[in-house]
Amino acid sequence: MIKAILIFNNHGKPRMIRFYQYFPEDMQQQIIRETFHLVSKRDDNVCNFLEGGSLIGGSDYKLIYRHYATLYFVFCVDSSESELGILDLIQVFVETLDKCFENVCELDLIFHMDKVHYILQEVVMGGMVLETNMNEIVGQVELQNRMEKSEGGLSAAPARAVSAVKNMNLPEMPRDINIKVPSLSPF
Amino acid sequence: MALKIVKGSIDRMFDKNLQDLVRGIRNHKEDEAKYISTCIDEIKQELKQDNIAVKANAVCKLTYLQMLGYDVSWAAFNIVEVMSSSKFTYKRIGYLAASQCFHESTDVIMLTTNQIRKDLSSPNQYDTGVALTGLSCFVTPDLARDLANDIMTLMSHTKPYIRKKAVLIMYKVFLKYPESLRPAFPRLKEKLEDPDPGVQSAAVNVICELARRNPKNYLSLAPLFFKLMTSSTNNWVLIKIIKLFGALTPLEPRLGKKLIEPLTNLIHSTSAMSLLYECVNTVIAVLISLSSGMPNHSASIQLCVQKLRILIEDSDQNLKYLGLLAMSKILKTHPKSVQSHKDLILQCLDDKDESIRLRALDLLYGMVSKKNLMEIVKKLMLHVDKAEGTTYRDELLTKIIDICSQSNYQYITNFEWYISILVELTRLEGTRHGHLIASQMLDVAIRVKAIRVFAVAQMATLLDNAHLMTGNVQRKGICEVLYAAAWICGEFSEHLENPMQTLEAMLRPKVATLPGHIQAVYVQNAAKLFATVLKSQEGNTDRTAAQETSQLMIDRLPLFVQSANLEVQERASCILQLVKYIQKLQQKDVEVSEEVTALFAGELNPVAPKAQKKVPVPDGLDLDAWINEPPSESESEEEQPRAIFAKEETKHSRPRHTEVDEKELAKRREVRKQEQANNPFYIKASPSSQKVYQEAHGVEHIPVVQIDLSVPLKVPGLPMSDQYVKLEEARRQKDRADKKKKDKKKRKEKRSGRGKRHDSGPESEEDITPAHMVDIVTEEMPENALPSDDDDKDPNDPHKALDIDLDKPLADSEKLPVRSHRAAEAPKSPAEDGDAESTTPQEPKKKSVKEKKEKKKDKERDRKNKEEKKKKKHKHEDKGEDLLGGQEDEPVVQSEEASEVAAPPTSTSAEVSDLDFWLSNAPVPSKAQVVSEQETATVEAEAAPVPEAASGTAPDSEPDEPKDPEMEETKSSKHKKKKQKKEKEEKEKKKKKKHHHHHHHSDGGEDKSVQNGTVEEEEEPLPPMSNYCLLAENSYIKMIIEDADQVYDIQGNLQDGSQVVVSVIFENKCDSFLKSMEFNVLDSLNSKLQRPEGSGPHDGLTVPFQLPPGVSNEARFVFTVQSIVMSQKLKGTVTFIVKNEDSSTHEKLDFKLHFTCSSYLITTPCYSDAFAKLLESGDLKCSSIKLEGVSMPFHHLLARICFHHHFSVVERIDSCASMYSRSIQGHHVCLLVKVSGETVSIDAKCDEPTLLGNVLDEIKQTFSQC
Repeated sequence: MIKAILIFNNHGKPRMIRFYQYFPEDMQQQIIRETFHLVSKRDDNVCNFLEGGSLIGGSDYKLIYRHYATLYFVFCVDSSESELGILDLIQVFVETLDKCFENVCELDLIFHMDKVHYILQEVVMGGMVLETNMNEIVGQVELQNRMEKSEGGLSAAPARAVSAVKNMNLPEMPRDINIKVPSLSPF
Repeated sequence: MALKIVKGSIDRMFDKNLQDLVRGIRNHKEDEAKYISTCIDEIKQELKQDNIAVKANAVCKLTYLQMLGYDVSWAAFNIVEVMSSSKFTYKRIGYLAASQCFHESTDVIMLTTNQIRKDLSSPNQYDTGVALTGLSCFVTPDLARDLANDIMTLMSHTKPYIRKKAVLIMYKVFLKYPESLRPAFPRLKEKLEDPDPGVQSAAVNVICELARRNPKNYLSLAPLFFKLMTSSTNNWVLIKIIKLFGALTPLEPRLGKKLIEPLTNLIHSTSAMSLLYECVNTVIAVLISLSSGMPNHSASIQLCVQKLRILIEDSDQNLKYLGLLAMSKILKTHPKSVQSHKDLILQCLDDKDESIRLRALDLLYGMVSKKNLMEIVKKLMLHVDKAEGTTYRDELLTKIIDICSQSNYQYITNFEWYISILVELTRLEGTRHGHLIASQMLDVAIRVKAIRVFAVAQMATLLDNAHLMTGNVQRKGICEVLYAAAWICGEFSEHLENPMQTLEAMLRPKVATLPGHIQAVYVQNAAKLFATVLKSQEGNTDRTAAQETSQLMIDRLPLFVQSANLEVQERASCILQLVKYIQKLQQKDVEVSEEVTALFAGELNPVAPKAQKKVPVPDGLDLDAWINEPPSESESEEEQPRAIFAKEETKHSRPRHTEVDEKELAKRREVRKQEQANNPFYIKASPSSQKVYQEAHGVEHIPVVQIDLSVPLKVPGLPMSDQYVKLEEARRQKDRADKKKKDKKKRKEKRSGRGKRHDSGPESEEDITPAHMVDIVTEEMPENALPSDDDDKDPNDPHKALDIDLDKPLADSEKLPVRSHRAAEAPKSPAEDGDAESTTPQEPKKKSVKEKKEKKKDKERDRKNKEEKKKKKHKHEDKGEDLLGGQEDEPVVQSEEASEVAAPPTSTSAEVSDLDFWLSNAPVPSKAQVVSEQETATVEAEAAPVPEAASGTAPDSEPDEPKDPEMEETKSSKHKKKKQKKEKEEKEKKKKKKHHHHHHHSDGGEDKSVQNGTVEEEEEPLPPMSNYCLLAENSYIKMIIEDADQVYDIQGNLQDGSQVVVSVIFENKCDSFLKSMEFNVLDSLNSKLQRPEGSGPHDGLTVPFQLPPGVSNEARFVFTVQSIVMSQKLKGTVTFIVKNEDSSTHEKLDFKLHFTCSSYLITTPCYSDAFAKLLESGDLKCSSIKLEGVSMPFHHLLARICFHHHFSVVERIDSCASMYSRSIQGHHVCLLVKVSGETVSIDAKCDEPTLLGNVLDEIKQTFSQC
């Protein structure tokens, strides 16, 4: 079982969090902080498994993470999951994000947290792996997006124009670096 | 109106959407909290509007704020509103928000039941999908109960997308509503063979998750999983299954044996590291379960270790980590094979990656021996010095202690060294494990008597330098060590060189800064020291010294009397008064030391930590009974403080006792010792291994080591453990030299002796003699201690409720609650709805409670638990009555699904015995190398692929027209013997199981003599019956048809849908490779071989594997049968290519398949009342036969009919029995079997006379053969 999936950036700012077991909000934030603390001090060339998140789970749980450019993708899983399998899954997830957002970067995740959730929902459900085939995932996500579009979306065209107006005075937005998805060979 | 709408949409345009919110937060970095609070105010305004789009937008923003840590539960109702929008866009937002912030105690959840049900049955698959996803995150017991049936229906949805989600969510439903497991399980099992790989994978996922917690209930699925494992190509599925097998093998060693071969094949063939790793892991689990040590498994161990070494040596840190992880599992059972890789593991200790170092540390535990312990610990001590992070250092510390103390200090040869190590560890800054070090010091000092002198000296030094530990706040953890030091110095003060100095050290004013519990020990042990000092001083002529000591105590103790800690204060004032009194006596020149020492006379024995728990409750003592009648409730307030007091008292009872009436205690102790000496069951302190060894050698040979104690004593607190390492080496060298000398002498004495054996090469473990005469005292246990060791189970584990026997047939009461109204037709208010649905099955729960209780019976210690359960049961009964009351108004409408669910368990129950059959099955199918399309097709077509044991022909019956009679004879005689033996075993087991099965039924209620048991009572063992026969063979290949015909019906597949699955085992008998096997049968009008779509009616089926020499494998073929009233014979051929090194030839083998009428019957249990009704109905045609000269016992006869013709016994009275069976097309067949002497008369009734006639003929034939 997967107990939690956290995405945060190099400074520990959460970009998407998904707990499959209930924790109150302050506890969630504490878990994020602790996890960030554990993960961020590790070099990039050490192993991707971590034990000893004391807040989440017990000895049966492990943190499995990957670091892409500015983002950490952390899965907290128990011993019924295959470690290498989950690493693959993270890669599948990120590749799917890359496909759905067309060269995904941190900004995409910042502004479209909801979409990231919807994509994740097609990969993991209730803490269990739902689908690992990227084409299948992308297909389902696109079909749902098409449905949303046919309904006019949440904020239809005029709203978009307005947001462009609202944007005018804002300081230049930094176009963050893309998450370069390395083509890792699956384990 | 129109204007209002326009205005609304213009308003909307200026609402912030999620992107605006994010942008805003990014632009207000300085006053983020303030900005967000204004945003929340805006959101609150938006939520008040009627426009659902505005609300959805607001909820979407809330989801984002929730991520930032803001509690948004106040908007729960609005979230429910958005969830119930008809637009997918909004619905999705609503469910997302709900899944992020709803939990079990969110009260609006109960409002969602109907909405979710509506979404689940929505025609739009994504509405359903979104609802399922959301539900998976916030399902509650109520939701689970109310929706279980709807979700179960979705498991057979036409869209695989829904199916896989429904399957996955079932796991959550089971967790919240365990009663749903049994009714839903058959369908879940079905999904293991779903044509869609995603659904299949989901089902595997769920069952693996279930089985991981309660593996024994899922053993019967092993054959099915085995088949999946050998056929699946999806690595995800394979990994899950292989992991599952890892959990199952400890329960069933035979399974392990079967697994080894395919797993080893996978290890050799797979390129996926993840799969390889899991295979290795499971092979390890298998080998652990087969720890009996079969010789041929050393190869598997070698393979695993070798593969793991490759992983560890890999440059990828992940693989390295996992390799070490798996290695530590092997270590437990096969330490030898791991020890040979010591170099590699020690190398990993220097890795830059902490995770890897930690794993390597785990392995070190098993690497130590007497020989290398010091060396390894020295290395670790170096790491301790270098380590930066406290976590890693703490881990090192615990590991050092673990390694040294493992198996009762087995590897420690020199305890002085160990004490020095412990003392060195106290120098660590900021460790949390002071307590651990302290307990080790205490343990060693108490249990190793020989070390006390040394330990006391070391502890005295520690006390002297206590300021090193107390100075820094950061070092708080370590001051625990002083607790041990003070106690050891006090208790064993007779060994102190300079007790006066220690006494002074313990009474320093600085001590008052220590934690209370340590001060308390200081005070108490200062008194002990005082006694010792007095004793030594009174011996002198100079009395002033003794008086000065008393004065010192009187001067210093008042500091402690003022302590805020109650314990310290109490002890100090008590001792202070005592000393004052002593001083008075001293001034009168009275000798007091005798009396004072008597206060602390006697020795404390080490008591095992579990000892208290293990004291058995004497007969007739009921700890739950009231001693006095409980006081009226008004007094409850008064009671509380008393309870606290009592608790405190027990905590400190030990020191008190020693203080108060030591003499009385000593007396009691004497009595107890006497008692223990006479009690044969008392576990006495056994002499340690070292001691035995020593004795064997004789006392003269104990090497006496000169240890320069002055060094560690004079350098404050810093003994050098390294010295011991050097000394130890020198000692060993000397030892060896001595030995050599002795050997030489011996050789001289005995010139004919074979001197070569005493080689001076690397010393073996036995050569290392411990440095000191060591007596490790075993911990005391109470008399009659209960041996059980299972007190570590967590009673609150949610998975405990899922420990449910899945093989028991479903009772009517267990069906899932079904709604009486469709949600779409009559939407109701939730409250009303709740009433309508309250069809909670209460019986199963009661039953399970009962079962649990039975299991628990022997664990009487868990009294509290039991009481709780009792309460629960009561509660439940109450609830049950309520529910029943509610039910009467609206009778439950049973859905199709529910009745469908009730049917399958018959096959499930059969599978229990099948497992034995499957496991004892001789030929192990090797992994199918080529998984062809056809194979998958066959797999899909089968509902339950496990061969039913109860079918087939007897081994002594003629095999179906073997092609080559000579060959057959030579071959089968050998084959049969083996088989028969196995079957006998298997039969016996099966009998037991059936017996069991029967009991379940009688538990069910009616107390009728015999019901639905096939065979019972312990009469003489049954003759072996086989369910295979030889189909055909030649010099190349042998075909054994396993359980002649195996029958299923697949509902809704064909109209009168009948399929017969034939399992054929192909065995390669020659030395060549057999490939391109094709199986073909000439179809008759009635029976047809199912071929993949697109192939002609005369095409053969490719057998999905090749056979290397000597290997056998099993293939299954599906036939469709139109009419089942007649038996059938089909002609067929197998063609194959025999491939040698230089040539290949085409060969073929003909055979005849015989489908008997009996093979169309399915063993179906039937209750006697249903049976009577059936007979009364008058629809059945009658027929009868008489068999003469049957000399077998009646129960054998019944067993034979049951076994070969698939009947089940309905009722048996003396020499008369009624039996029942059902054909795959639903014909009822009833038999009444009577025996008088050697004549058996069978009266039979069936709604199809031809079928009946044929079945009776077949029965006749069966008995004419024996």
